[in-house]
Amino acid sequence: MEPNNLPNPNPSTDHGISAYYQTRAEHHAVVTSDWLAQAQAAVTRNAAVPEVLPKIAATGGSRAAGSGKAFSVIDEFNYWRKKPDLAEAVAAIMALAAFIRSSEATTMMELEIELKKASDTLKSWDTTSISLSAGCDLFMRYVTRTSALEYEDFNAAKLRLIERGEKFGEISLKARRTIAMLGQDFVFDGSTILVHGYSRVVLEVLKLAASNRKMFRVLCTEGRPDRTGLRFSNELAQLGVPVKLLIDSAVAYTMDEVDMVFVGADGVVESGGIINMMGTYQIALVAHCMNKPVYVAAESYKFARLYPLDQKDLAPAIRPIEFGVPIPSGVEVERNARDYTPPQYLTLLFTDLGVLTPSVVSDELIQLYL
Amino acid sequence: MDSRRLPRTVIDPKVRLVGFFTSGDPPPARFNPNTADATAATAAAISSSSQNSDINLTGNSLSPVMIPPLRRMSPRRCDEMQMPIGSYNPSESLLGTSPSRRGINGPDFSEVATSAWLGISGSMKAAASFPGSSGEMMMVGKNGGNALVKNMDTTELAAKTVPGVTEKDGGTLTDMKNEGAGTVRHQKQMTTRAERRAIQEAQRASKAAAMMDGKGGKSIASTGGGAPSISNQEKVLKQSQKKDGPQETGATSEKKVSRNPDKDRKKDIPQPRMQFDDKNRVEKAKRRAVVNQFEARNRVELFRHLPQYEHGPQLPYLESKFFHLDNIHPSVYKVGLKYLSGTITGGNARCQEMLLAFREAIIDYSTPPEKVLVRDLTSKIGSYVSFLIECRPLSVSMGNAIRFLKNRVAKLHHNVSESEAKSRLISDVDRFINEKIIVADQIIVQHAVTKIRDGDVLLIYGYSTVVEMILLHAHEQGKQFRVMVVDSRPKLEGKILLRKLVMKGLSCTYTHINAISYVMHEVKCVFLGASAILSNGTVFSRVGTACIAMVAHAFRVPVLICCEAYKFHERVQLDSICSNELGNPDVISNVPGKEDVNHLANWADHKNLQLLNLFYDATPSDYVSMIVTEHGMVPPTSVPVIVREYGKDQFIF
Repeated sequence: MEPNNLPNPNPSTDHGISAYYQTRAEHHAVVTSDWLAQAQAAVTRNAAVPEVLPKIAATGGSRAAGSGKAFSVIDEFNYWRKKPDLAEAVAAIMALAAFIRSSEATTMMELEIELKKASDTLKSWDTTSISLSAGCDLFMRYVTRTSALEYEDFNAAKLRLIERGEKFGEISLKARRTIAMLGQDFVFDGSTILVHGYSRVVLEVLKLAASNRKMFRVLCTEGRPDRTGLRFSNELAQLGVPVKLLIDSAVAYTMDEVDMVFVGADGVVESGGIINMMGTYQIALVAHCMNKPVYVAAESYKFARLYPLDQKDLAPAIRPIEFGVPIPSGVEVERNARDYTPPQYLTLLFTDLGVLTPSVVSDELIQLYL
Repeated sequence: MDSRRLPRTVIDPKVRLVGFFTSGDPPPARFNPNTADATAATAAAISSSSQNSDINLTGNSLSPVMIPPLRRMSPRRCDEMQMPIGSYNPSESLLGTSPSRRGINGPDFSEVATSAWLGISGSMKAAASFPGSSGEMMMVGKNGGNALVKNMDTTELAAKTVPGVTEKDGGTLTDMKNEGAGTVRHQKQMTTRAERRAIQEAQRASKAAAMMDGKGGKSIASTGGGAPSISNQEKVLKQSQKKDGPQETGATSEKKVSRNPDKDRKKDIPQPRMQFDDKNRVEKAKRRAVVNQFEARNRVELFRHLPQYEHGPQLPYLESKFFHLDNIHPSVYKVGLKYLSGTITGGNARCQEMLLAFREAIIDYSTPPEKVLVRDLTSKIGSYVSFLIECRPLSVSMGNAIRFLKNRVAKLHHNVSESEAKSRLISDVDRFINEKIIVADQIIVQHAVTKIRDGDVLLIYGYSTVVEMILLHAHEQGKQFRVMVVDSRPKLEGKILLRKLVMKGLSCTYTHINAISYVMHEVKCVFLGASAILSNGTVFSRVGTACIAMVAHAFRVPVLICCEAYKFHERVQLDSICSNELGNPDVISNVPGKEDVNHLANWADHKNLQLLNLFYDATPSDYVSMIVTEHGMVPPTSVPVIVREYGKDQFIF
């Protein structure tokens, strides 16, 4: 990801429009090698997380052994996760769906208990991941919320559960495509989009918009300490979309020329707010103040039954922050990796259920948990 | 709105003409010529604008109740008329009407109240104190011919049965019912103003006589209806409810209404449309008239649509009547008196006590010969409800519970034996109390304690049973937190909660509502209870709650409303005026314990001084951060979702 390879992010008049489309055609729908490398790095980075927290690895291992079955939900999970563009939660959902299929339980009660155990195992793989636990919970509710459970015939009921589980998995897999189709409508020609964090959903939206020959440019925040901005801008540059990198502090400075803000979400909470990478709240506040719309692209399995009242109401996700120089002793570092954006600063949510307002999240959750 | 009404307000306070007059009728001789002219003018104006020509809105000038908006109500009144009478289903009665028309006569948010109100309005009319309601009835009658005919027929039938049923001073009630029904219309046309005036005078005299006996006057809220627009809508609503009342309760409700002879009615003043075929009613009205007259002078214009009761004086009298009941079950009577005296307060307590009283009544119930259990029991329940409304307007929680009970009764199969039916109903009542109140409270407590962390400072207001449970539970879990108890006059309910918390060892601060902006900066979270939550997220709760929520919002302190789902209502209300409850204004003028603060001792003597004692206020949903119900923690925008999802299969949320 050398900056030199990036085409000039600001198309100048002598380049003309033709250059934009020329390079775009070459890169259209091609998985570039460094994109793949990036994905692998992401996978290994995620896999590295449990090692940092030995407890999780140990429990994961013990659970796999303790399940006492040839099928281990963690193995399945890891298999799914290897696919680079799959989200953790979707991998978990697919793993759970496969788990039902291979379960050897003979009664519905037993199956439900096993499913619950498997779900807990997966959730414990990363306790700070909201989408993971939300996805597992929603899967459980969706699958068991069927009158099939009243069937006398266990096999028929199990078939029904498998069917629902795989359907949910499929919906989740396709969620990104659905959201991309809905979201790219909001990108109009000549628009300037501000992006924060590295969200594969947002990337999908922008990819689809670009492939639909829309002309827009993107401003990426740097996204310290994860350097999400650098990765994201690399991707966009390969699509031929003009990209400009900003440091995180320059958001208010550039907000005037921004037409809309696109962010993803780690989780969508019941109030309609989102939990996302640190800095999202700031950007949403500035955008709200300057009357710029904030669009959130989030799959529906990220709807969590949390209701934070303020920033401290969440369990913090600690990430190491490198300042490049040693921190003097006695100085504390705020290492939380995410924040909560209340719903009043969000304009719309793009989900696979449709384009929703934030208040619909609770509606959907209530219906699901009815 | 007041300024708009000023030209029409009573010129002679003593001679306030409440109620509607048939157009063309000369005003009662008692009235001043100028007021008569004014009324004639307004009547003409109104009748021209409305389709009803009979309703004489001249009363407007004489009574605050007569508000021009009535005009606009006429089409709605037709709708009202269509509504199934006798149905306490708020949605049914409300959806047909304009939303602002709620609780015209002051019953709280529930439609039940309003329909029961119809019963009351009947009685009020009897007292000649309900210009608004009568007017509306008449208007409706005039308007929707067909619908009205239907209603009128029913009410006429009801009216007919009334005389047989009278036991209390039911005459007035009967009057009301008849009035409400078509009879009103007929009667109005028959009596001239002079006759009505004479009747009112007679009523007033008899009322004075009754007053001597120590009965209090019952002042049923003037139908006036506050703001013109509100009053219109309220009137429409009231009317619809009135329609419900007579149908449902029939004679019994009328009887129950007459139970309020002791309540001061605002409309005691000349009642132009009283039905005076029953001497009893006349007597009753007279008695009431005297007391009301006194009250009426100092009622706030804006709230004339709400009933204002004067409780104290009639309590001993009512207690003495305990053994003369025929139609009211003693436990229901007891509960009613407890409401009246203020022994039971709070949404949950009132609802629970009422349901337990109904349970007793059902246990003791036996179907009279040649009657169907379903219908008879429904009408009996309706009559009990009317009685309770007379004691104190229903709250939303009570309204929903009544709706639930009626639905269960209606769902009984005809071929079910009586004992089986009764046992089913009793188990339904028990289940309701258990599921919707007791268990719901426990779940709410579990959800809400997760929001309390060590070192928090919580602010609470007033006395909510759920909030009390939450705090005590969190304390038992060992969390370290402080509580700021905010209180307000005149009820000073916070003191009760304060005592309970301090006894359990919580560290509390006690302050008055004037100081909330002073203390709010250190508050972490505000916990409030609610009497009702409406579909647009508006929270109805004890007066003062809106202030607390607003200040908390300004300080960016989250506001949590803890409320069981059975208090949700599909109604929408935009302000605190159109539906509320008025209390005794004297408690405002007195400060207990400080006898030297008696500047307002003679407040009633001042014509320009009006005291207002409101019970509830509406908190907009913007100030509410979260609502904790047994269905989880939801944002205020999800209230209609819960109403929709959980309401359809259970008739209650």
